[in-house]
Amino acid sequence: MVRRSIQAERIELWRGERHVLAGIDLEVGAGEMLQVTGANGSGKTSLLRTLCGLMHLEDGRLLWGGRSVYEDLPAFHSQLVYLGHAPPLKADLTARENLHYWVGIRRSLGAADITAALERVGAAAWGEQPARTLSAGQKRRVALAGVILFAAPLWLLDEPATNLDGEGQRLVGTLIDEQLQCGGVVIVAVHQDLPVRSAEPRRLELSAA
Amino acid sequence: MSTSALQAARLILARDLRLALRKRGQFVQPLAFFAIVTTLFPLSISPDLARLREIASGVLWVAALLASLLALEFLFRDDAHDGTLEQYALSGQSLTWLVFAKTTAHWLLTGVPLALMAPLAGMSLGVPYAALPGIIVPIALGTLVLSLIGAIGAALTLGVRRSGVLLTLLTLPLAVPVLIFGAQATDLAIRGASFAAPLYLLSAMAVLGVTLAPLAASAAVRISLE
Repeated sequence: MVRRSIQAERIELWRGERHVLAGIDLEVGAGEMLQVTGANGSGKTSLLRTLCGLMHLEDGRLLWGGRSVYEDLPAFHSQLVYLGHAPPLKADLTARENLHYWVGIRRSLGAADITAALERVGAAAWGEQPARTLSAGQKRRVALAGVILFAAPLWLLDEPATNLDGEGQRLVGTLIDEQLQCGGVVIVAVHQDLPVRSAEPRRLELSAA
Repeated sequence: MSTSALQAARLILARDLRLALRKRGQFVQPLAFFAIVTTLFPLSISPDLARLREIASGVLWVAALLASLLALEFLFRDDAHDGTLEQYALSGQSLTWLVFAKTTAHWLLTGVPLALMAPLAGMSLGVPYAALPGIIVPIALGTLVLSLIGAIGAALTLGVRRSGVLLTLLTLPLAVPVLIFGAQATDLAIRGASFAAPLYLLSAMAVLGVTLAPLAASAAVRISLE
């Protein structure tokens, strides 16, 4: 069993002339949560995309369970779920089909798993509707159902509570609480604190470069 | 339980075919283009079947090439836009393999229907029945190569807005050998000769494409995600 912790040591990222990440250090272990805050354009999304290995860092080290993630990226990827600020849903597929194809590529899912996840996020009522007919908040809930279905130890969420109503925001908090209680690792980019109870969230403030 | 590579490819195929059924316009467009071009030739040149037969292979192949180029733009664009490609790259599966599955789906949705439509267009150009296999087989194989080459171009132009012209410019030089040997195969078939030699060359290109194009295309997709 891999020790569940993600560690970044002095990571550097440049985008053209912009020094987006200047020597960021962080370590988040099992059952811990890190909230990344900062003004628009301060590099929150870039940080998350770098942590999941989509963007390659120019300098520094990125470790998962004490080993460099670049040694075996596919193995690292199968330990994480990344949710960007737009939910990766196809407008022409129903919510249920979207989850089936999106999560199914990594994990074999039964219809019952998808039903359970949709119920968990309060999306059971519109599971059979094409995603194009869903509101932004409803799509966000379907995306959260996907996050649960991946059952991955590491969550990297970019503004998971956008477009959600008050009840939806509490739901995000509860889901993160459950993930932390199972020994998961959660890193979220947020503007407002999420209602998370189980762990005192740590903060990383990024300043605009 | 984790998904095997084969299951993942099956899911991608099923998903792309289902999406094409829901969004028929996008998938019918290249076919309609092919039908229009091939029917305009008899109207504009001459209704004389002997003359049309002379140019039939060229007409069919140019129309098939342009029709499949027309379809290329959609290969990765929607998936790049809504973050699906990003999720593919993070799926823990080989991105090369997933890109290959997507390209195969694209060929099934453009190349195969074109190959099945081409005999009808051929008959309207005076091609004898006996030569119809010489249209179907080379076009099916040729469009496979075009989809594979096109996947590299489509992936490279993901970051470019209004990428249509650039994509055509990138892909066309690589597509020319397919056009030459494909048209030659069809021409030989129309003359009643054996078209095995150009068909072998097309097959060789298909093998090369299957082995190398997904590698190049997936590398380009990765760059576009950075």
